[in-house]
Amino acid sequence: MPAYAQSYARPETLPEALRLMADGGWLPLAGGTDLYPGAGPALAGRVLDLTGMAGLTGLLRQDGLRIGATTSWADIMAADLPSGLWALQQAAGMVGGRQVQVAGTIGGNLCNASPAADGVPPLLALDAKVELASLAGVRRLPLADFLLGPRRTALQPGELLTAVLVPDAALHGGSSFVRLGARRHLVISIAMVAARLVVGKGRVTEAAVAVGSCSAVALRLPAVEAALVGQPVSEAVGRVQADVVQAALSPIDDVRASAAYRCEAAVELVRRAVAECLEGMGR
Amino acid sequence: MIGFTLNGAAVTVAAPPTERLSETLRERLGMVGTKVGCDAGDCGACTVLLDGKAVCACLTPAARVAGRQVTTIEGATPELARLRASFLALGAAQCGICTPGMLLTAAELLTRTPQPTAPEVETALGGVLCRCTGYRSIIAAVVAAGQGAAAPVTEGGVGASVQRLDGAAKIAGDSFGADAWPPGALLVKALRSPHAHAAFTIGDLAAFRARAGVVAVFTAVDIPGRNAFSVIPTFADQPAIAASPARFRGECVALVAFAPEAAPDLSAFPILWTPLPALSTPEAAETGPLIHADRPGNLLVEGRVRKGDAAAALAASAHVVEGSMTTGFVEHAYIEPEAGAAWMDKGTLVIRACTQAPAMDREDTASILGLDVGQVRIIASAVGGGFGSKLDVSLQPLIGLVTLKTGRPCRMVYTRAESMTSTTKRHPASMRGQIGCDVNGRITAVAFDGCFNTGAYSSWGPTVANRVPVHVSGPYLTPNITATARAIHTHGPVSGAFRGFGVPQGALWQETLFDRLADMAGIDRLEFRILNALRDGDASATGQVLRATGIHDCLTALRPHWTRALGDARDQPGRGVGVAACWYGCGNTALPNPSTIRIGLSQDGKVVLHQGATDIGQGSNTVIAQIAAEALGLPLSAFRLVGPDTALTPDAGKTSASRQTFVSGRAAKAAAEALRAAILLRANAGQGARLALAGSDLVLRDGAAETRIDLSALPPDRFGQAISAEATYDPPTTRLDADGQGAPYAVYGYGAQLVELAVDRALGTVTLLKITAAHDLGRVINPILARGQIEGGIAQGIGLALMEEYLPGRTENLHDYLIPTFGDVPPIESLLIEVPDPEGPYGAKGLGEHVLIPTAPAILNAIRHATGAEITRVPALPHRVREALRP
Repeated sequence: MPAYAQSYARPETLPEALRLMADGGWLPLAGGTDLYPGAGPALAGRVLDLTGMAGLTGLLRQDGLRIGATTSWADIMAADLPSGLWALQQAAGMVGGRQVQVAGTIGGNLCNASPAADGVPPLLALDAKVELASLAGVRRLPLADFLLGPRRTALQPGELLTAVLVPDAALHGGSSFVRLGARRHLVISIAMVAARLVVGKGRVTEAAVAVGSCSAVALRLPAVEAALVGQPVSEAVGRVQADVVQAALSPIDDVRASAAYRCEAAVELVRRAVAECLEGMGR
Repeated sequence: MIGFTLNGAAVTVAAPPTERLSETLRERLGMVGTKVGCDAGDCGACTVLLDGKAVCACLTPAARVAGRQVTTIEGATPELARLRASFLALGAAQCGICTPGMLLTAAELLTRTPQPTAPEVETALGGVLCRCTGYRSIIAAVVAAGQGAAAPVTEGGVGASVQRLDGAAKIAGDSFGADAWPPGALLVKALRSPHAHAAFTIGDLAAFRARAGVVAVFTAVDIPGRNAFSVIPTFADQPAIAASPARFRGECVALVAFAPEAAPDLSAFPILWTPLPALSTPEAAETGPLIHADRPGNLLVEGRVRKGDAAAALAASAHVVEGSMTTGFVEHAYIEPEAGAAWMDKGTLVIRACTQAPAMDREDTASILGLDVGQVRIIASAVGGGFGSKLDVSLQPLIGLVTLKTGRPCRMVYTRAESMTSTTKRHPASMRGQIGCDVNGRITAVAFDGCFNTGAYSSWGPTVANRVPVHVSGPYLTPNITATARAIHTHGPVSGAFRGFGVPQGALWQETLFDRLADMAGIDRLEFRILNALRDGDASATGQVLRATGIHDCLTALRPHWTRALGDARDQPGRGVGVAACWYGCGNTALPNPSTIRIGLSQDGKVVLHQGATDIGQGSNTVIAQIAAEALGLPLSAFRLVGPDTALTPDAGKTSASRQTFVSGRAAKAAAEALRAAILLRANAGQGARLALAGSDLVLRDGAAETRIDLSALPPDRFGQAISAEATYDPPTTRLDADGQGAPYAVYGYGAQLVELAVDRALGTVTLLKITAAHDLGRVINPILARGQIEGGIAQGIGLALMEEYLPGRTENLHDYLIPTFGDVPPIESLLIEVPDPEGPYGAKGLGEHVLIPTAPAILNAIRHATGAEITRVPALPHRVREALRP
């Protein structure tokens, strides 16, 4: 048997995968879209391929929505999902190109923990939790507690992210995702916003707004949400205050844009996300 | 072993499980139609279908395809068949490097959506980058493939939209630099400087040489010849392998040849770096320590044009506008990283690589390796985009050295980061000056000063410094001009040739100032340009009396579009319309620039065209053949192309300066006419005789008389042909004097473009709506190829204007360095204008670079029209536009 057989495993069941993870030293591999860039002709080290486990992929309506960790962006985009998930589906269609959407997974996007991860703002707006499994058992963490910083997560040694869980309450209402880049496709966002709103009797009854690429980790904006709740639909966009949005953000200067511009653009994107969300619900 | 179905056939392969599928397909299964552009999922070139779905093979672990279906470009499906025909018919493949990925991605779309709309195509193919076409022809081809089969055009002379003669190879997955190598070829890797300026000492090489897999190590001391090259020999300053210090980030300092089966690893290479202060801007460099001891002020060359008295004319002008413009490094970003192979053939060192200039490569490589030119043979592979950067040697002397020293074949493929860091860039420019006009709006004078960051070595810096002052007036009558352009060395990347040699930067300055000047004069911006357009008999800034000046025709052709566009934009918030023009001299600036073309009839009845004019996607293989077919009077389908190969083809010069259609075209016309004359003489036939080939018989019909020449019965001439002829053409130019006065070019081409766009004022983003491009080609040899050049040049102009800026150490990949994608290039309407130039073949002029020049300034002018914002630094990234919009 070639030596490399010891460096690759593609288990078909979760317990088998968790046993390997408990051994330590295995690098979990899902779509590969974040691991292969920067690699040589092959990935180095011991690689645990997660895509052989049927139970880790697919979307399941069950006390809300369970999205298997290795569900691809293409599958999320193609699924028939409630309107609270529209923002996530829009984001799914903007992750890389078709090739990356076919291979890239929602779990990989979260574990890679890029400040510019397209999947994060929509999931934050959905009050999503992540399911983390190890031989010690299963725990669930709010996504905001899972993402600790750029390229840092709360994954413990031996743990795998197995699913993303969206609570039933968050499936309702409408949602939208807007993002900003310097070109049409294959763009790393300068800033992006997901909004999810529930409307009753002409007023906003629930609001969730999250901004990405404008802080070390994408954020919900509770103060903005509070200002929206209770407002008549027609006045909602006007209730988005620039200083309230900007107070929450801490963007950086990089090759894509200046920090000052990101702050300014984020305000506009929040307003547009809210407007598009309401418009989408009206259709 | 990994077992799967590859293009319908069961295969098994032994490969490391996490090996990139692209690597497994290419290296272990010989499927080299799968192209590797970035190894990062940024370009989509390596797209294959996995169970019918498009994936990047570079991101797919080989083990994951076990038991599944993989389709590569070597495969055949009904969708691929329709797409291939459509791509050929509509000119959707230019260089062909992205074509396999495009075809496979489109094939998946057609299985999901059999008759896609243009927006559906754009979305579905958005993950594949193309640097040549501007995407519009690809969108059209995929939509057409959904509608049914396309009808190819395979015959025709001058003026016919014949499909590319090399098109069949392009749609099958052409053989580029990385795609062919001799068995047992060593793998060559370069060690490169991680610093802009650093001293280094190399440690114990004996120990490194002893490592498993290492066959040989070479440093600067191993260069047997002159370790200095430049595209202009008198400026030779760039080492193939640098001795300490390294002068730019990415410079090669050592070479390692690994055994064919080794996993190359340079991490243990014994080298100690001592970073030194780096001069990163021309401002710092002009007063800083010398990078090259013999160039005071770090000045490489200052180009100058002076005519009349610009200062006095400006002082007397009714209106004077003053302004500056700044541009950054721009990366060519062809999808094919540099690649090639070398081997010995008896006593000859053979190098097969991607190149725009086989003959120059041969001279440089021979000089560096201490060989006679006759001991080096350069074979040009298919070239996956060049745009100027593949004029300079890159890996040719490196692989040549390895083969020369080891006696073994070798090969080398640059990584994307290597390609971006080590090869040339467009010069960053910092330009300022004034333009004046009289009360009637007639230009009185131009005063221009440009500083160009030419980087660590000379490359094409002298050409840029000389071209810019000659062209910076734009195609407008300018009685008084003072223009200087300085190429200043820094420790930046080497700035060289990039589609336009500095003229696009100069046009950004001049054309944006023209809009302000037109406003001051109270004249419509298009009419202002028409008023000032050069006409036949006018003298240029260099005092050259011009003829066949097509700019007036181009600008007036835009009039109805301008009126319509302004009407469409009126009262529409954020909508703007801009126009800009260009002119560009074809061929070397005031220097000899010959091409030689050979053509013959083989004994088996084919027309053999020795076509040394390298086709880097622009279409010279087809255009030169069309010209030859027209002049010879035999059909294109009888043509067989040979070359470019320095052992087989005479020197047709380099593919640069928009010269191939004009210069090599003239040589091809002359050669074909000479061959025709020889045929007619042999048969004693009249000038009007019609030629045909029937098997190995050449048939001449002259009136009622028919003569047959059995070509197979003729003794082969010195070129191995039954009959052949060769001709050389060198454009008539004169040297420029100290004031830049003279006739630097024999032919100029002209163009003007109109941009319609919308600015999102709140975000500073720009959406292009339509571009109308009028270009004077003199005579259109092949309309579909001409439109392809226009659309591709516009796409690069869009990148220059809105998104492209190479920052060493920060944008050395294709996700931080942004080039336009599908959807960034709007619909383009091309207006092909023909003002024949008596010097061009059938009147033809060059086009390749012209098409890029007007786009960026027209975009900036449209942004100003839309918003009032004056952008003086490109790229106009959203934050910069937003900044310019601030009251």
